[in-house]
Amino acid sequence: MKKTTDAPLPNDHGMNLRNYTIGFVVSLLLTLLAYTLVTQYLSNDSIPLSQTVVIIALAVLAMAQFVVQLVLFLHLGTERKPRWKFFVFWFMIFIVLILVVGSLWIMHNLDYNMMSPAETRIYMKDHEGF
Amino acid sequence: MTTYSHMKERVESDVKVTLGFWLYLMTDCILFATLFATYVVMRNGTAGGPTGAELFDLPFVLGETIILLVSSFTCGLALLAARAGSKNQTIAWLLATIGLGAAFLSMELYEFAHLISEGYGWERSGFLSAFFTLVATHGLHIFVGMLWAITMVVRLSSGGLTHSTTRKLTLFGMFWHFLDVIWIFIFTIVYMMGAIT
Repeated sequence: MKKTTDAPLPNDHGMNLRNYTIGFVVSLLLTLLAYTLVTQYLSNDSIPLSQTVVIIALAVLAMAQFVVQLVLFLHLGTERKPRWKFFVFWFMIFIVLILVVGSLWIMHNLDYNMMSPAETRIYMKDHEGF
Repeated sequence: MTTYSHMKERVESDVKVTLGFWLYLMTDCILFATLFATYVVMRNGTAGGPTGAELFDLPFVLGETIILLVSSFTCGLALLAARAGSKNQTIAWLLATIGLGAAFLSMELYEFAHLISEGYGWERSGFLSAFFTLVATHGLHIFVGMLWAITMVVRLSSGGLTHSTTRKLTLFGMFWHFLDVIWIFIFTIVYMMGAIT
């Protein structure tokens, strides 16, 4: 039976205990921060924050945790050239943005675009000044 | 010279295999993106039924999230143990990962069963259809990941840490970390943003 214990490569591609521990602790903190933000917003005696601000803050926290886990857990950006993983990752982001933004945009305008002729006449009169 | 070229060949084939698996993960991201887009579109379509803010139990969800995050960490520790050549430690961390995955999945199934028993199943509203589709697709991935981890444990205990098992373990690690990355967005978009809108 072939048993191999590979000697650690000179480039460990970020795979070490330090990176995993930092990734774990930072992800945990970001999660707890998001949770506290929401529970504080929902409790009545909190500092008044507008809903938009909380939503933006949650999005920022999620993006931060996304980057932390991508780099420290999935080791994105540690490979040698040619960086195919990196390239494919950004292509994925591109497709996902088209998909998500496109869907939301189309669906947001759906009522407007799907009006019957009668509805269109009323809408034009009330909102567009015809 | 032959060992060197053999090593080089092996490293090159490892790079190809991980790239291939990475391509699969990226397409899986696109699958989840369609489900997220559907969810956000359907979010307000409650058909007179309950909204997310009324249904979600936030401390429970935080528990699920932390369990999954810890399992992602133990999975990383299993990879490190495999790299360090310690078979028993690798198996121990893998078993911890499987246990935490099972805890996460049972919590999720409990949440689903609770919602369905209250009459808020996927057939209640467009919002709930989209919610169940998105969250259950992630849960199904977790289930597949657990089966994969179990086969890894069996393989490790019978065959030991060969080059082939270490490589498969690396792929499993990528899969499991990826599932935690997807959960960040389920946690934020479905539960946290759902609770305040």
